[in-house]
Amino acid sequence: MSRAEIMNNIRRGLRRGEASAEQRAAALARIEARANNLIPRRAQLPRAEQVALFKTMALDAAAELIELDSIEQAPGAIANWMTTQQIPELVCASDAALQALDWSALGTINRLERVAQAGDLASLTGSFAGIAETGTLMLHSGSTSPTTLNFLPDNHLVILHESRIVGVYEEAWKLLRHATAGQMPRTVNLITGPSRSADIEQKLQMGAHGPRTLVIFLIRD
Amino acid sequence: MQITSPAFKQNARIALKDAGLQKALGNLKAGFPVKRAQAIARLPEFDALRDEARDLKNHILENLDIYLEQFESKVQQQGGHVHWCRSSDEACKTILDICKQVDAKTVTKGKSMVSEEINLNDYLEKNGVTPVETDLGEYILQLRGDHPSHIIAPAIHLNLEDVSEAFHQHHHRPKSYDPAVLMQEAREVLREQFVAADVGITGANFLVAETGSTLIVTNEGNGDLTQTLPKTHIVVTSIEKVVPTLEDMTLFLRLLARSATGQEFTVYNTLSSGPRRDNDQDGPENFHVVLVDNGRSDMLGGELQDMLRCIRCSACMNHCPVYGAVGGHSYGWVYPGPMGSVLTPQMVGIEKAALLPNASTFCGKCESVCPVRIPLPKLMRHWREKEFERHLSPKAVRYGIGGWAFFAKRPGLYRLLSRGSNLALRLLGGRKRLIHRLPLGAGWTDGRDMPAPSGKTFMQQWRAKQQAQQKQQHTQQRTQPSSQEQQS
Repeated sequence: MSRAEIMNNIRRGLRRGEASAEQRAAALARIEARANNLIPRRAQLPRAEQVALFKTMALDAAAELIELDSIEQAPGAIANWMTTQQIPELVCASDAALQALDWSALGTINRLERVAQAGDLASLTGSFAGIAETGTLMLHSGSTSPTTLNFLPDNHLVILHESRIVGVYEEAWKLLRHATAGQMPRTVNLITGPSRSADIEQKLQMGAHGPRTLVIFLIRD
Repeated sequence: MQITSPAFKQNARIALKDAGLQKALGNLKAGFPVKRAQAIARLPEFDALRDEARDLKNHILENLDIYLEQFESKVQQQGGHVHWCRSSDEACKTILDICKQVDAKTVTKGKSMVSEEINLNDYLEKNGVTPVETDLGEYILQLRGDHPSHIIAPAIHLNLEDVSEAFHQHHHRPKSYDPAVLMQEAREVLREQFVAADVGITGANFLVAETGSTLIVTNEGNGDLTQTLPKTHIVVTSIEKVVPTLEDMTLFLRLLARSATGQEFTVYNTLSSGPRRDNDQDGPENFHVVLVDNGRSDMLGGELQDMLRCIRCSACMNHCPVYGAVGGHSYGWVYPGPMGSVLTPQMVGIEKAALLPNASTFCGKCESVCPVRIPLPKLMRHWREKEFERHLSPKAVRYGIGGWAFFAKRPGLYRLLSRGSNLALRLLGGRKRLIHRLPLGAGWTDGRDMPAPSGKTFMQQWRAKQQAQQKQQHTQQRTQPSSQEQQS
């Protein structure tokens, strides 16, 4: 069998047979420890400065940022954005926090809850965390957050609560393990700005295959 | 893909005279290296991260079987399948079998160098499955029947006109020279393919043993659409990509984007951990990981083991003066530049690829920018030694090296000869100190003049310097006997 042959060849190269019990235990312990490697100082900051860093880095990555005082302001701000862009339909994740909002501000804009389809112009999702280090959003799949919403529509609107901003990736992994009881969701998406490509003559163009625009509605809390 | 590495010299000669290619390569020099330098200047810990990354990769390689087993068992627990393939052939067959099981007609593909390595597209096409490349660069190449010339910017050898022409021919739309319009065209055309595909094939930048996850890194989002929309997701990747934990993956991610494009972070970093869960609304129903060996396990324990640390960032080729002059296609196979000059002899055989490790001045730029500190010049030298040992080098080179060795082992004779050559070259250079033609040196003088030596030989200068220093020490000792210790 190929598996056995590859394994044997690896062990032959390493000049040993099966790893000793101690070596195996040490490797498994390393996994279990989930220890941090060197973490750059950049984002090891007091909370308020982490939020400021998140904003700077997200804007640097070409995300749009709209700051709101409360989640209740979100439908109005979203309606404004949609009206300015003349987009008549918003495809939403079906999570309870979004459902609980008063969406009457949308007026004639159609709000749907479903997975994304080709041709969708705008989607709205929540987010699991924000990572200040690089202005990155962490989203993950689940029963109320289909992944296609993050990639297929032309514009991706995301709600992020300031309290969900952490300094570095490592903190976000710990939050994730805690929230999902160690069971990885099918997919985890780290998203830093909108889609882009420089494949034609090394000149950067925004909006390759993913969303052309990433709008973060940042809620103070 | 056909291997043209044995024709490197001819390829390079043609490339140097190809005005379009030279223009395109100019874009590279003004781009990636500059952006990398800026990104690194913003992260003071960069060099310390490189040390940790090198050490972590070494640890992983020493425990490779254990981490791979862990990864496999986690993938299986989550309902995914892992396939082990020794060769390209086996990997292609395995992937075709999966495609046939789900009756696939078309597959979309995210960018994957391992899929290029195993020549997957040709194999699928021959067997009735249509592969559609979705990375913009790879898509352009597929339309042109072309191959990548760079591991992260596959179409870097092309200019705007080439892309315009290819799109005009295949999309049957008015010709445009606006990159934004061209990208919009590709977006529209490929959107239909994303939705229609039966299988999505991506590569992986890392495999996480802790969570049984594969990770892809893309700026376009094409990889994500490829792996989210079809019913079956196949990850084709290689065995050295495993890392123990998410924290370990993070260490490499901090280095990868900065070394590659000079970005702080790539736009999309996506973990895939098995097929869709019971209550998920979307995502693939089947999840397969095809682990390719293809000569990698043979590199363990030998001089080439260090090469298995490579995270495919492309910094070595972005900074290589040879790559910058002749482009990726000259190297004649999938992996170009310094990393390719080490990998290609291993994967296609030194007898076909011996010219590649010779296509280097050993300037050391590649090693100096490598995020995992691979001693690339040392590894290229390894292949030169193998080439010499196996009598693969041309006779003139062998006699030349033999002759040089004869003198090098006899220092007195060597110095006499070098003094003589020094004088002869100075005479040849004349008043302008430029040599227009040199016996046995036409390779140099055909393209440029050779500067004549302007001073004494190295050994003469060295001796003079030593003597001067001794004399100075002697004088100082006489004037300041008490400060003797400080000078030592």
